[in-house]
Amino acid sequence: GGMAAVLLLLLLLAAAGPGPGRAEAGRERRDALREELLLSPLPTGDVAATFQFRTRWDADLQRGAVSHYRLFPKALGRLVAALGVRELHLALTQGFWRTRYWGQPPLQAPAGAELWVCNLWCLFSHSVDKAWKELSNILSGIFCASLNFIDSTNTVIPTASFKPLGLANGTDHHLLRYAVLPREVVCTENLTPWKKLLPCGSKAGLAVLLKAERLFHSSYHSQAVHIRPICRVTEMPIPTLHAQRYVGGYGLQTGQICTLIYNSHPYRAFPVILLETVPWYLRLYVHTLTIITKGKENKPSYIHYQPAQDRRRPHLLEMLIQLPANSVTKITIQFERALLKWTEYPPDPNHGFYVGSSVLSALVPSVTAMKDVDVEQSPLFTSLFPSSDGSSYFVRLYTEPLLVNLPTPDFSMPYNVICLTCTVVAVCYGSFYNLLTRTFHVEEPSRGGLAKRLANVIRKFRGVPPL
Amino acid sequence: MAAPLVLVVLAAVTVRAALYRSSLAVFIAERVEVASPLNAWKRVVEGLALLDLGVSPYSGAIFHETPLIIYLFHFLIEYAELVFMITDVLTAVALYLAIQDFNKVVFKKQKLLIELDKYAPDVAELIQTPMEMHYIPLKVALFYLLNPYTVMSCVAKSTCAINNSVIAFFILATIKGSAFLSAVFLALATYQSLYPLTLFAPALLYLLQRQFIPIKLKSKSFWLYTTQYASLYLCSLVVIICLSFFLLNSWDFIPSVYGFILSVPDLTPNIGLFWYFFAEMFEHFSLFFVCVFQINVFFYTIPLAIKLKEHPVFFMFVQLAIISIFKSYPTVGDVALYMAFLPVWSHLYRFLRNIFILSCVLIFCSFLFPVLWHLWIYAGSANSNFYYAITLTFNIGQILLISDYFYAFLRREYYLTHGLHLTRQDGTEAMLVLK
Repeated sequence: GGMAAVLLLLLLLAAAGPGPGRAEAGRERRDALREELLLSPLPTGDVAATFQFRTRWDADLQRGAVSHYRLFPKALGRLVAALGVRELHLALTQGFWRTRYWGQPPLQAPAGAELWVCNLWCLFSHSVDKAWKELSNILSGIFCASLNFIDSTNTVIPTASFKPLGLANGTDHHLLRYAVLPREVVCTENLTPWKKLLPCGSKAGLAVLLKAERLFHSSYHSQAVHIRPICRVTEMPIPTLHAQRYVGGYGLQTGQICTLIYNSHPYRAFPVILLETVPWYLRLYVHTLTIITKGKENKPSYIHYQPAQDRRRPHLLEMLIQLPANSVTKITIQFERALLKWTEYPPDPNHGFYVGSSVLSALVPSVTAMKDVDVEQSPLFTSLFPSSDGSSYFVRLYTEPLLVNLPTPDFSMPYNVICLTCTVVAVCYGSFYNLLTRTFHVEEPSRGGLAKRLANVIRKFRGVPPL
Repeated sequence: MAAPLVLVVLAAVTVRAALYRSSLAVFIAERVEVASPLNAWKRVVEGLALLDLGVSPYSGAIFHETPLIIYLFHFLIEYAELVFMITDVLTAVALYLAIQDFNKVVFKKQKLLIELDKYAPDVAELIQTPMEMHYIPLKVALFYLLNPYTVMSCVAKSTCAINNSVIAFFILATIKGSAFLSAVFLALATYQSLYPLTLFAPALLYLLQRQFIPIKLKSKSFWLYTTQYASLYLCSLVVIICLSFFLLNSWDFIPSVYGFILSVPDLTPNIGLFWYFFAEMFEHFSLFFVCVFQINVFFYTIPLAIKLKEHPVFFMFVQLAIISIFKSYPTVGDVALYMAFLPVWSHLYRFLRNIFILSCVLIFCSFLFPVLWHLWIYAGSANSNFYYAITLTFNIGQILLISDYFYAFLRREYYLTHGLHLTRQDGTEAMLVLK
């Protein structure tokens, strides 16, 4: 079926560089690791640090068809496969979370060791209790904790308090087991095997920060492992509002700025305010502004346009556009490229001129605003922003900046141009001066100089009348 | 004579209508040789769109037309193509009627001078006969309507056509002798593009000549008539400018229109000399050279008035040509206007020295303009110097054409008074030089 993915829970915060879960280009990702670290100051002046490391893996462990483990720890994988565990939750805690003073705990766990599993069945002996005993022994070995003391004296089968957290195909609560060892102490010996479950151990990623001597100086320490099946998510969550912008057209005379705004909310329409600031040397023609949504013209309910003044101020265009649900809106406006004075070009004129990003401001419907910072991906972070149905979330988006080429004059030519143009003006002046100040006269004959006599000699030889 | 004119008009309208419907219309409308920042149709539409948005069209740097154009096209925007075709037809008809009247005046003057024995005896072949002058008005209308420059200007819907029309009506009113209408149309033309101010001098000279008032600085009637005409002109100008104020209740149009024409801030390439010169000008000298170039347009008026005071219509032709060549944003529509007058001086053909090479230069440059523009702007294999070179060549061609006609005109005048077959003292054939 489609529900064979598995989760491992840890917390870690990542910047946007490549992380440990990054797949090579072209390879389909069957498994992914996400780390998140939440540092929150507590009202009493303490600091709570919560690390979450989550590995999502599309594999059918129950069938036993898996032999290659990449991000998912092999120890737990084989345990789950052997004992047919669907959900496993183990927590080792030192100290008590003072909810009254510190607020809601990020990780809910009792003092000591807590273990509960769902849908446990045993391949070999068809006995859930036998499987339970085996599980706790194996886990005891993996985590160096005295979980082997879990037996029928401290195990219960709750009927209502503990329900499977992941996907479940009908729950038979007889397959659920819950045990607590309040006396269990957590120390470095438990942290080390826990860190080893990560693909890079404590050598890369946020786990590098998990230093035992600092961690165990704290008032409260809890480490947990949670495994549960989730839905296969085939595509990345799409943000509700995103936009892109590009320059259309060809040549250095005209062009057009095209902005595409995507509203991917399935059923809610909302308005967005678009602010475009275009430099004065791209002369916008506002009568060419067209806004098309789903093939039909979409008239903005508010337009504020301030045309540019040469060398003084840029164009300002602000519009309020209604975006229908699940639609793409295309906004195009044509412009003309100006020829600037040679001193107004930057040192590398053929690089082009930048047009600043346009700004989209919108009140996005809030249920789907949470999709951007997904509950699935960052549960700790989203727990800081409890969302309620019906309220909207303010979002400000920036589009790409544009790079536009302008026609350039020849920068090596100022003197030549001045000379040539003044020559043309002088040709006119000279011709007109001659025609205005001189009059026609009959030419007086002159003997001429040496050149003329020489020319006459040549003409006599040619047989042509002399000058 | 009306029937051939109607035929010519029909042919012109057909050509224009065909081009409007073809795909060339968009191509022609974008050409920088035809549409300048002052008279492009795209900018008129933009100005009207800004007005609809509630923004003053003069608040930006796009719209540089006068408020009367806003008035006109606010109502006629749907029929723009028809308006421009009618404008062209009206221009041609006005020129036709003006040249018809002018020919009568020329013929009368010629007859008077022959009777007064002012002409030398052997100049019979230089005298214009009614036969050869009969088709000149039709040729003028033809030259204007079917000139490719005019056709392109009309298809691009450049408001240069409206300016040409106003100037044509001004010429018609002047030649008919109506000082009031002449002053009004001249005021309209000046209001739209400022440079027709220089046509005040030839118009005044013609009207004085028509009233038989001698052009002497000491003559009281001369000054009286001059002040009358000048005050008519200035009052009409003031009235038109005040009417424009009341359109948008602001004086913003004055820096946007006249400030723009005089200070040349927009360096969009065109067929003139200003754009590249000021693109490459050192900032320190920019103001100085703007002043020099603008003075250059107005500066030939007084010397030409002194030289050509007996021939005001030729003066008007030369002045129109100087405006078209040296104005800050010339287009081919301006060139077409003075070229329409060339048939009037067809009797000067025998004295033109370089007409063949100059017409070749002008034709080749007209074809090379779009080619080199494409190479610079779209193909990227040429640079701005190529287009600039063609601009220079085209302007040199125009300048030499006008000075050639001027030379031919002056030479013919000399021959008329001194005789065609000139001999030196010793009886041999003489050459004429300009000294």
